[in-house]
Amino acid sequence: MSAPQKAKAGAEKIAVTVSAVVPVTEYVTRFEFTRTDGADFPPFSGGAHTVVSMEDGDRTRLNPYSLMSDPTDLSHYAISVRREDTGRGGSAFMHSQVAPGDAMTITCPVNLFGLDWRAKKHIFFAGGIGITPFLAMIGQLEQTNGNWELHYAARTPESAAYADMLLAKFPTKVHVYYSGQGVRIPLESLLSGQPLGTHAYVCGPAGLIDLVHDTATGIGWPHSNVHSEEFLAPAPGAPFEVRLCKSDKTITVGEHESLLEAMEREGVDAPFLCRGGSCGQCETNVVSADGGFIHRDHWLDDDDRASGKKIMPCVSRFVGTTLELDR
Amino acid sequence: MSKFEFPPSIGSRPVWGTLEPRVGQAHLFVADAQGAEAILDVATPELMAAAHIIFITRGTDYADKLRALNPSQFYEGPSYDAALSRIKRVLSDAKMGLQVYISGTESLMGQMTNEAAQAGVPFESIQTEHRGSTARRMQCVHCKGFTEEVETDPFVCCHCGLNLFVRDHYSRRLAAYQGVCVDAEDPGNVPAQKGIYE
Ligand code: FES
Repeated sequence: MSAPQKAKAGAEKIAVTVSAVVPVTEYVTRFEFTRTDGADFPPFSGGAHTVVSMEDGDRTRLNPYSLMSDPTDLSHYAISVRREDTGRGGSAFMHSQVAPGDAMTITCPVNLFGLDWRAKKHIFFAGGIGITPFLAMIGQLEQTNGNWELHYAARTPESAAYADMLLAKFPTKVHVYYSGQGVRIPLESLLSGQPLGTHAYVCGPAGLIDLVHDTATGIGWPHSNVHSEEFLAPAPGAPFEVRLCKSDKTITVGEHESLLEAMEREGVDAPFLCRGGSCGQCETNVVSADGGFIHRDHWLDDDDRASGKKIMPCVSRFVGTTLELDR
Repeated sequence: MSKFEFPPSIGSRPVWGTLEPRVGQAHLFVADAQGAEAILDVATPELMAAAHIIFITRGTDYADKLRALNPSQFYEGPSYDAALSRIKRVLSDAKMGLQVYISGTESLMGQMTNEAAQAGVPFESIQTEHRGSTARRMQCVHCKGFTEEVETDPFVCCHCGLNLFVRDHYSRRLAAYQGVCVDAEDPGNVPAQKGIYE
């Protein structure tokens, strides 16, 4: 794949005020924002995400979250955040530090998981907090009387965010499965019974995403009719040193930060959009490397990886003696 | 010889492929005349177990050979138009995971690809292979009428009678090449007829 034309450090920013913090389940909380300048938000389409900046002491955390609010209501944006106690701290910060009235900064929405409007029918598969993009998609489809159905897997009724609301509003279109009760989404029979022109969308844990792709492929669905979104969080790893040629700097990437975060910490203007290995915006050329890459993104293809000439700094790491990047 | 090497042309001219077996829940084969040979080449017992073959004979005698492949359903008819109501019915009942294989003339492949795509079959699930006649389905840009089985350039529009020049310009929506009046400036001054690929 080739790098997008104008690589920028994030989408345009919007100053917002936290207008509501609403607990949804034991682990999930909804955050609602209004624009600090009182204007409407820019329009967005279902499946879009925003990157939220969190000022956590001397550290700025930037995490992507799917917009879940109704795309036809631009008076506010809403996200839902699941607290990951073993995560890198972004979701814990949202849960413990953010209160109504707080000033925050988010980016304009970017959509890497949009509806395919050629579809005659949309079938959604959500696992856990992966429900959020579908809430916005459903809002959008309901405006045009779109043909959709949702299959939502959660551990227990108590942990299934928004399941009650969805079931009450769309009793014939929403199906919820509780793994705690031993019930799984019957993927094989669902995918084999869809009318021609159906597009499938999946968001949730990697296991569910892979299962939907594999099941669909196994019965003859083409790849272009199966859409998925998984934001990867950067994984920790051994610290490594990087020489940034254009910036004329040598920096060290710490154990718990990504290469992208390390560049930002050092004031290097590094492009990104999703920070989760999906959008391609952060693609960076490797000038020289003595060692191996840990590629974790969903962007580079096998040839790119084999060439050893590209890395996605938002999620991928390096193990070796020397690495020089064209940045 | 049922295979023909089409000369390189402009971007709008369709490029046909070679059928290959695909994974799928059901397999729909639509072929006319020598297109049957492409089915005979690709058929396997596994494919045939879930196959529906719709064969447009156009005067050929491949039907028995196709029937011998033992597809789960077989239909034989004289023309595409005669088969169309059955094709529409099969597509309206079909589910995602259907694989479509179309072989034979460009006219059949163009029209059948359209029919399948309109029914919602993803383009990635449609395969084509040219066999047999290289005659074209042409649309007259003046009267919009279609003339089938055009083998020569120029030709006479079977609707309005104009002398039409055969272009490589193709419309997927119409499944036809474009025919444009060749003697508009100087009526009667028509170049000598020759085969399209001569
Ligand atoms: S920022 Fe999107 S792939 Fe790295």
